[in-house]
Amino acid sequence: MTVITDIPDVPRAARRPQIGNPALRWLRTNLFSSIPNGILSVVLLAVLAKGIFSFVQWGIANAVWLTPANDSSACRAARGLGACWAIIPEKYRFILFGTYPFDEQWRPALSVVLFITLFYLSTRRALWRRELALLWIGALALISILMWGGVFGLSFVSQDRWGGLPVTLILATFGLAFGFPLGILVALGRRSKLPAIRSLSVLYVELIRGVPLVSLLFMASVMFPLFMPSGFNIDKLLRAQIAIILFAGAYLAEVIRGGLQAVPRGQYEAADALGLSYWRKHRLIVLPQAIRHVIPPLVNTFIAFFKDTSLVLIIGIFDLLTTAKTAIIDPAWQQFSVEVYIFVAAIYFVFCFAMSRYSRSLEATSGR
Amino acid sequence: MTSDAPRPPPRRRLFGAWGSRELKGLFWQVLVVGIAVAIIAFLWSNTVTNLTARRITTGFAFLGREAGMPIADSLLAYNPRDAYLWAFVVGVANTLRVAVIGIVLATVLGTLIGISRLSANWLLSRLAAVYVETLRDIPLLLQLLFWYVLMQALPAARAAWRPVEGVFLSNRGLILPAIPVGPPQLWVLGMAVLGLVAFFLIQRWLVAQQMRDGKPRPAWPFAVGLVLALPAAVSVALGVSWTIEWPALRGFNFVGGLTLAPEYFALLIALVTYTSAFIAEIVRSGIQSVPRGQWDAANALGLRRSFMLRQIILPQALRVIVPPMTSQYLNLTKNSSLAVAIGYQDVVSIANTTLNQTGQAIEAIALIMAVFLTISLGISFFMNWYNARIALVER
Repeated sequence: MTVITDIPDVPRAARRPQIGNPALRWLRTNLFSSIPNGILSVVLLAVLAKGIFSFVQWGIANAVWLTPANDSSACRAARGLGACWAIIPEKYRFILFGTYPFDEQWRPALSVVLFITLFYLSTRRALWRRELALLWIGALALISILMWGGVFGLSFVSQDRWGGLPVTLILATFGLAFGFPLGILVALGRRSKLPAIRSLSVLYVELIRGVPLVSLLFMASVMFPLFMPSGFNIDKLLRAQIAIILFAGAYLAEVIRGGLQAVPRGQYEAADALGLSYWRKHRLIVLPQAIRHVIPPLVNTFIAFFKDTSLVLIIGIFDLLTTAKTAIIDPAWQQFSVEVYIFVAAIYFVFCFAMSRYSRSLEATSGR
Repeated sequence: MTSDAPRPPPRRRLFGAWGSRELKGLFWQVLVVGIAVAIIAFLWSNTVTNLTARRITTGFAFLGREAGMPIADSLLAYNPRDAYLWAFVVGVANTLRVAVIGIVLATVLGTLIGISRLSANWLLSRLAAVYVETLRDIPLLLQLLFWYVLMQALPAARAAWRPVEGVFLSNRGLILPAIPVGPPQLWVLGMAVLGLVAFFLIQRWLVAQQMRDGKPRPAWPFAVGLVLALPAAVSVALGVSWTIEWPALRGFNFVGGLTLAPEYFALLIALVTYTSAFIAEIVRSGIQSVPRGQWDAANALGLRRSFMLRQIILPQALRVIVPPMTSQYLNLTKNSSLAVAIGYQDVVSIANTTLNQTGQAIEAIALIMAVFLTISLGISFFMNWYNARIALVER
């Protein structure tokens, strides 16, 4: 209970006589406002200093940064004392692009750049126009050409050689691109006055949300082949993609439903009074308002969902996390998995942190 | 949206009394249900054809067959000669073991961190913010693999770390001193639970009395009597022993005490730390949702800080906290299925092995879904009941 006692202590701290030096005053109000607070600060500082010191020692001072190609002896010598960052320059191309042909790896690299540009442009409010949708379609087509090849003098690369970051971005982007309209349809279905459609939507959402994504992925990997006519074989990546779309659709539907509920009744009634049809009413009046209401939770759902694509590791699809895990199977480098995981965690962190910052800025500027 | 006011006749009236709206509704419903049925029928007929082609019989008869799979770490007694059904039950117990303990620990840790984020101590609130941001933005599976790798990199049993006397941390997992629990100890624990329930009922009655006449009545004598003295008396009367069993290193392994296997321990740490970051945000926003005026009013009344938190702030904050907390509990339970990635045998992992051994894909996945839907419904049911209890009574 000692922690609880200092929640909103600001007024009490402000009452203290002001000391001249601003730095001292800052310390006084923020770290040493009371005796227990002062003790807490000292303890935290000590722990933090120790933590930073041992990390600097392990991660920088004693770390091995570069070794000759495929030679891990320097890292082994430093094992337990320092990090082996040398594994990153050694393995980064495999981690980022998997088993994509080595000489062609500029193609997935360019695809990643395209994806990131596309995401960046989509965050600019000034660009939220119809042209953006066209830009998306164009860019996704370009990415498919780059990844597959087979035209314009690019050699063909089959899907089972794709891996790493492009696969993660593909799974997430297509999951959203298809999950979003699906989510809108299901959300509308859940609010429909037609009992059959409503119950089907409820059943879908509750079934998908009630079970772990892992079991959906298992279903995609083992049961899809059973579901399909014999001789009809769809690719493993596509099967996982379908599972992810169905998963995203159910979660997005619930977020969108929240937005639909926030649209005032008067808006529906006004649209009805104008004699708009059901679809025109929703497309022109209701959905734009509903989605604007839920942009921050939508971005949060995107983040959760971007992280969840890593679960395809369990059914053996080579996304970013799987390539990382595979990179350290190499006996010479086996003991340095922590460094690889930190590297991959940093990549995921950059994407998710950027999204969460963006969500926060939207919340701040949306003026609600 | 029909109104009582007279309206112009619709332009097209197909079936007399049927307005076009009803007809359209019927049309859409028939269309959607028809498509759904068609898809299911198509998948079903394909599945039946495929199953006969592969000579897999459907049905749950395989549950009675000998499982033959080893389960390394389980709460319930199990050996590979047992039936698949029992293997499933063991898996469910393992899932619940992670989920229940994980939920308790994540709630405690998340609440502490959420409160730390609001602390007047700048350093503490910054550290809590960094904790939350970092853990939320890295995939859980990655964190799980990370913890598991760290567990494996721990020293061998002989060189185990001893942070506290009697606690060993090695690549065999975490070994803690424990009190062996048998039926006599369970009796005493049951008595304590009973005492706790009785105490809550009495406390409610005391509060109701105070509401009536305004006289405060102390509740602590009842607490001491029911929760401490009663179980203690039972323990003495039955002569139950509470000696702590200290683990010791014998040869290459530990004897005695409570062992948390590395897989279980890594899964628990990953789930607890990850979920606590989300719970921290929920707790923070819950506390912040209580208007400042409530703090000021309580301060002005000169209430003690602990009383103020317990009686004024927390009841209001809980209304905001409980619904999103329910989803976090459900998430933690569902996320425990990631166990399959590090080889802890929860229900998903055991179903998956069963599926690979028998080819009974549909049944195995149906069982997983049934288990998780039951757990989800159970948690939602309990939390909705609790939520209804603490919700604002609107008159």
